[in-house]
Amino acid sequence: MPEFWINMGPQHPMTHGLWNMKVKVDGETITDAKPEIGYLHRGVEKIAEVREFQKVIVLTDRLCYVSSITWSHAYCLAVEKMMGVEVPERGQYLRVIALELQRIASHLMWLAAYGPDLGLLTVLLWSLRERELFLDLIQLMSGARMNQNYPRIGGVRNDIPENFDAMCKRSIEHFLEKLDTDYEKMLHESKIFHMRTQGVGKISAADAVNWGVTGPNLRACGVNVDIRRLDPYETYEEIDFEPQVWKGPDAGDSYSRFICRFNEMRESCAIILQALEKMPKEGAYRTKPPRRAEGEGYVRTEDSRGEALFYVCGDGDDRPYRVKIRSPIFCTMAATPLMLRGNKLADSVAILGSIDVCVGEIDK
Amino acid sequence: MSAVAAGAPEITDRPTPGAEAEVLEALKAAFGPKLLEAKVVRKQLAEVAIDRADLVPVCRFLKEKAGYTFLGCISAVDWKDHFESVYHIENFATGCVVQVNARIPHDDPKIASVCDLWNAANYHEREAWDLMGIVYEGHPNLTRILLPEDFKFHPLRKDFPQEVDRQYISRRKLKGGK
Repeated sequence: MPEFWINMGPQHPMTHGLWNMKVKVDGETITDAKPEIGYLHRGVEKIAEVREFQKVIVLTDRLCYVSSITWSHAYCLAVEKMMGVEVPERGQYLRVIALELQRIASHLMWLAAYGPDLGLLTVLLWSLRERELFLDLIQLMSGARMNQNYPRIGGVRNDIPENFDAMCKRSIEHFLEKLDTDYEKMLHESKIFHMRTQGVGKISAADAVNWGVTGPNLRACGVNVDIRRLDPYETYEEIDFEPQVWKGPDAGDSYSRFICRFNEMRESCAIILQALEKMPKEGAYRTKPPRRAEGEGYVRTEDSRGEALFYVCGDGDDRPYRVKIRSPIFCTMAATPLMLRGNKLADSVAILGSIDVCVGEIDK
Repeated sequence: MSAVAAGAPEITDRPTPGAEAEVLEALKAAFGPKLLEAKVVRKQLAEVAIDRADLVPVCRFLKEKAGYTFLGCISAVDWKDHFESVYHIENFATGCVVQVNARIPHDDPKIASVCDLWNAANYHEREAWDLMGIVYEGHPNLTRILLPEDFKFHPLRKDFPQEVDRQYISRRKLKGGK
């Protein structure tokens, strides 16, 4: 049978956004693949050049609507490095709490999308139900459920309400209980889930590093790299947590990526509880940044999907001269042909769903 | 992890103190006057500026001799009198980053591709060509990636106009007032 190309996308239930995966098939087997991106290009980098430093935060919020805080935080951190601004300790802890809440919400959104990809519609409903807990907490912190506009250059926008500790602890307790019972039974112990995900979409550690795969996708290959540990920002240095690295056999397949993300939610809960404990009870949470800046600011942070990198240049004006965004999934997308080749066409959904695609940040 | 490269140091997920000064010394010893600028910016970040002709030897040295196995990002910057192609190259064993600023003249925006060293460069270079119009010579498939194939401009260049006024139009003005 001759080989031919199939378009999976731009309108396909698997894509979760507008992008196209062209796959070349020989019968049922995928022999080649070609991602096509750019449908959602909004020119964030160009628009940022005519806006003042703090006005760019609303743009970076919309880079990924599922994990806004991590993106605007990375931008603020890069501008702070350029300006030489130091955030007060309480502000740093507030950021850590917001980041981890956002990470859990983002991972739950991923789970809610990955479940239906495999035919598990219950997981969609459960994950979105649990995500509400964290969106409520984020709303308590910042006043908005999505596109929060919460981090500021020099700190965060506002303080947390008085009884935030207790609410946070109650929600996390409830969530961890759900993870240990319902989710374990539904996913980890499900034979069908194992059959769909184990051994498909494999990528070796050497290939993953060479192609620029980062975050949970890289840790699933067994490479112990977590920017929160390797290049600590904010107060992650003082917090005790364990990066989730896959240690078993079959490294780099869809199942290991699932396990790394799933366990990361537990770690994030532990980080939040520790941060609430260690946070100074009162004090400033924001400093006033200078209006103008010159030089260059570079920062890498552990986004929910991998390594987010911001490179900001200033020429002494009150707006950035150049903002460069490195999106982790943009780079992972380059490696998807390696994961797809040799697999069956029916498995492509189980593979592409597991890398957690967010088109907003790919296309910038 | 032994899988990254044979004989590579183990990744311990903790930064090694002093690695940025060490790699800067090694670069100075190997390339000397070819480094136009060399400094340690902050903990875990060293920066060198080079001419475009020295890019591939410097990158090869970093990857093969110094253990910088991961290419984080390639950013292109238009400084009006020259372009810069900025490479952030990371070492997972020491947690250190080297920022390489390669200078490119404005009237001849060409630089060698580093796709042979890191496959990750493929998409970054395509994006830089697409948005900034820098030609990466030796790239296997230098086509537009974000913008449509028939788009004629490179929008991130400073001479590509942007409607600045429209973004600052006030509500009163929109309603017909002054």
